[in-house]
Amino acid sequence: MNTKKKGMTLIEKQRMSGWFFLAPASIMIAVMSFYPMIRAFILSLQTGTGVNMKFTGFSNYQRILADKVFIQSIGNTFFYLIIQVPIMLVLAILLAQLLNNQHLRFKGLFRTCVFLPCATSLVSYAIIFRSLFAQDGLVNSVLVNLHILPQAYNFLGNALSARIVIIIALIWRWTGYNMVFYLSGLQNIEYSVYEAAKIDGANGWKTFWGITVPLLRPTIIMTFIMSINGTLQLFDESVNLTKGGPANASITMSHYIYNTCFVNVPNFGYASAMSFIVFIMVAILAFINLKVGDTRD
Amino acid sequence: MTEKKNVSMIQRRLIPTYIFLVIVSIISVFPLYWMISAATNTSTDVSRGKIVPGGYFMQNFKNLVSQQPLWKAMGNSFFYAILTTVVCLLVCSIAGYGFEIYHDKWKDKLFSTLLLAMMVPQVATMIPLFQMVSKAKLLNTSVGFILPMVSTPFMIMMFRQNARAFPIDIIEAARIDGLNEVQIFFQMFFPTMRSTYAAAAVITFMNAWNAYLWPKVIMTDNKSLTMPMLIANLITGYVTDYGMLMCGVLFCSIPTMVVFFVLQKQFAEGITGAVK
Repeated sequence: MNTKKKGMTLIEKQRMSGWFFLAPASIMIAVMSFYPMIRAFILSLQTGTGVNMKFTGFSNYQRILADKVFIQSIGNTFFYLIIQVPIMLVLAILLAQLLNNQHLRFKGLFRTCVFLPCATSLVSYAIIFRSLFAQDGLVNSVLVNLHILPQAYNFLGNALSARIVIIIALIWRWTGYNMVFYLSGLQNIEYSVYEAAKIDGANGWKTFWGITVPLLRPTIIMTFIMSINGTLQLFDESVNLTKGGPANASITMSHYIYNTCFVNVPNFGYASAMSFIVFIMVAILAFINLKVGDTRD
Repeated sequence: MTEKKNVSMIQRRLIPTYIFLVIVSIISVFPLYWMISAATNTSTDVSRGKIVPGGYFMQNFKNLVSQQPLWKAMGNSFFYAILTTVVCLLVCSIAGYGFEIYHDKWKDKLFSTLLLAMMVPQVATMIPLFQMVSKAKLLNTSVGFILPMVSTPFMIMMFRQNARAFPIDIIEAARIDGLNEVQIFFQMFFPTMRSTYAAAAVITFMNAWNAYLWPKVIMTDNKSLTMPMLIANLITGYVTDYGMLMCGVLFCSIPTMVVFFVLQKQFAEGITGAVK
């Protein structure tokens, strides 16, 4: 009836109405993610402030090469990435494997405890760890009272220890989060597979590498990508736990870019150039990960 | 008899596992326990290493309220987070439904394109978004807060995955009954997908409550500040009042903790929701 007048079949009409369902979300993503990304690239080719922006080609990118703080922030971010992500993911898989044991008691309680750190906001846990590791914080008073340290150590005032505190905090916050992925992945593995392996004489270690890891591979790759993505964008911890200090020794890329925009003399062009570098890193690493995941199939 | 023996043997073999899990659990819980106990002690007691709860909570609380707009920030955070959750669930669920139920070649292509947005770092869009929001005179507003958060590839994907389990027969039957496409969504899909909505709501609420970088960029006015911003302000001085600080951190954590304990299952589902 109506449909024939418009020259559309019922199916075509339904397909059309589908577009209305997905239009709001798609337009929002285009306007709030893709368009700003293009704008960021255009901005990165400009220098100046406010409305007096001028195109200066790739001068901002040249400046990056000579910016010791930004290079330091890249180094710091990769330091966190290389040390924290593997430790955290291995710990998460191990915990998931242990908690997936049929015979284990108090499973729910353990799982809740390990998962609990995820309930704290990023700023909260950064401040809690800042306070715990402060010079007059709990860690120092325990270590001094036990005579392990002669006097309070300035964990956050020393470049290496400040970075390590950030890594400890990150592991604390995100291990349970990743464990949840592995647990739900493990639950998809039939228990009979493990029983069969046991009958074949495989020990725990062998079943772990022979069954758990291969079957969880898609999940492992995904958590790996997510962790890399998250670590490359670290902000809250750097700002609130160490304030980037001492002397930018623990500052992350996002934190430095934020400072360049809103704390120091605003330089949107230069900050955009740096943020575009972050984007390229995230894209490259995700791409490598997906490729590695594909070829082993 | 033998079975009993078997059970106790299995449990005995699990002892190292128990020890390990207990240690990990203590490490996981302790910082949060310490936060609560520190909120009830004086700053000096906290730095002296006191870890049992004290009776100083009300004083810490009074200090906090007198120095910081605590209620204002709590109200703002609740308002922004709930608004984000409602709008995000609506926008993303209709999109996930649309992508799955009406899928064809072009919609699938659009979907893969949208997934690329997952790779766009927040810090890269921050500057242009700040310029856009300030040009639109939306700085310090809830609309400015929610704009970049209401449509995420993750949520669309989650609803799409779950819409896959929705029987197409129901839709066909509803069409024969004369319901239009919008009615089918709200009367058929929406009520049956309650658990998906719950999981999505938990995760969106948590993310919005915890958001820090974006509000820090656009909330320039003290009246619009959020809880994470408020507690971050407490550590700007040289001397830190730990009791008061942890009291603030406690307030910032209570809503997410309550959500966690009440809706833990939905939270776990929400995290892993899009990757089934």
